[in-house]
Amino acid sequence: MDGARFEPVIIGFTCNWCSYRAADLAGTARLKYPPNISLVRLMCSGRLDPAFVLEAFADGADGVLVTGCWPGDCHYLEQNYHALRRFQLLKRTLAGLGLEAQRLRLVWASAAEGARLAGEFTSFVEEVRDLGPLHWGAGGSISAGLRAAAPAEVAGRVEAAIAVTITDAVTDEVMA
Amino acid sequence: MTAAARPRFAMYWGAACGGCDIAVLNLNEKLLDVAARFEIAFWPAVVDVKYADLEAMPDGSILLALFSGAIRNSENEEIARLLRRKSQLLVAFGACATEGGIPGLANLSSPAEIYSAAYDDGLSTLNPDGVRPVTRVTVPEGELRLPAFQRLVRTLDQVVPVDYFVPGCPPETARIAEIMDVVGAVLDGRAELPPPGSVLGAGASTVCDECTRERHEKRLASFVRLQSIAHLDPNLCLLEQGIPCNGPATRSGCGALCPSAGAQCIGCYGSADGAGAQGARLLSAFASIVDAREPLDIDRALAGIADPVGQFYRFGLAASPLRGGRKGVAGSSDGETTTASEASESGARRELVAGAAR
Repeated sequence: MDGARFEPVIIGFTCNWCSYRAADLAGTARLKYPPNISLVRLMCSGRLDPAFVLEAFADGADGVLVTGCWPGDCHYLEQNYHALRRFQLLKRTLAGLGLEAQRLRLVWASAAEGARLAGEFTSFVEEVRDLGPLHWGAGGSISAGLRAAAPAEVAGRVEAAIAVTITDAVTDEVMA
Repeated sequence: MTAAARPRFAMYWGAACGGCDIAVLNLNEKLLDVAARFEIAFWPAVVDVKYADLEAMPDGSILLALFSGAIRNSENEEIARLLRRKSQLLVAFGACATEGGIPGLANLSSPAEIYSAAYDDGLSTLNPDGVRPVTRVTVPEGELRLPAFQRLVRTLDQVVPVDYFVPGCPPETARIAEIMDVVGAVLDGRAELPPPGSVLGAGASTVCDECTRERHEKRLASFVRLQSIAHLDPNLCLLEQGIPCNGPATRSGCGALCPSAGAQCIGCYGSADGAGAQGARLLSAFASIVDAREPLDIDRALAGIADPVGQFYRFGLAASPLRGGRKGVAGSSDGETTTASEASESGARRELVAGAAR
């Protein structure tokens, strides 16, 4: 990869009432976290259809972060428990499909935990960076939607990295 | 009515088991109506018409073509394209053509793994020279060619435009009879064609809506496998008894045959709403009814779903957003067209060497 650092594309789902506020607080406090993560605001983690996660990976995401209110603190009382149940089953399903467990993470964060959430964003980006590109999307490219969501420099480096590793993969297969 | 005046009918099997052809043949005496109405132009399971004969037919000269089976190799793809050209109405017929079906589960493995399983690792397989099928081989009579194996199993509409979809593994014969009645009515000018892209021979709801078992609000302590239950309540919803039944996200049309017989729905009629959506919907539905709050308790309750991928994507993997497992999909330069004939090249060399040694 010509020594260029791999820039993962990460999609983060946030809850309107706590984790999105926490991310906002991190911004207000001028805390820094890597630009690789693109946040999608939902009204509640319970709104997270597992299809959103599958489609993020299919469209070229290297990692998906799901966030929500702490258990017991849900604005809609019980919905983050539903999110947790779906997350547990989704994790097993994705493992069955061959995904590394580290590419999908669940984080609870209250509206006051801006600094903690920024730290989670950073550690998640670094962990996925270490794992390398996923390239699950058909054609091994990231979709137009994700390219628009990711900062230009990240998207550009991702595409360059994809071009290199795909050549490797095909050659490996022929040699095998 | 002369033979030349009758509209032409075709049916084909791609990567299929032949069950769809049997389901059509099960029309019994109604099949005579089909034969009277149509000239059977091409139907490998039933009449001997060669590919060259099909090729020689004018484009668009077949009125109705039913394509069963998924697209696994270059032959499936070639005939899909040929039938598309020759037919006015191309129908994806059965679970494999509509959503990949059972053959689509091969997308969990890489082509190399599939070849190893088929030609090396089987308990009854003896293949010391590592012989692999090759796409070309020269014999004294000339060159023989075999279809190339493709990296991914695809649905018919991932390869060519499709006019109608008939789900089911196989489609229920009664539903096929209804479709044939509609076709007859259209030919007689008594009915209009359904809008393009319609799902035919199935309902717009879910298997649960056709199921006669009693239903209540669901709270589950844990999932269990059907074979580990000693006494099954004959009247109660299977899901409420802890059995992972795919009824909640599976399209209606079968009349809830499996649940009526005391077996869980395995989801063969595919997504109730939109191709590929079935897996995520089932995942959501099953997880949501678990009565546990701690991750470990949740995992314990869900452990009865022994194989989540097989449970949620038994018939729809090839049509799902991910289209397969990582080993099958990731790393491919082009999931659509990359063939895995490379996987057989080394085998081909070995075979030629072995032939020379003889």
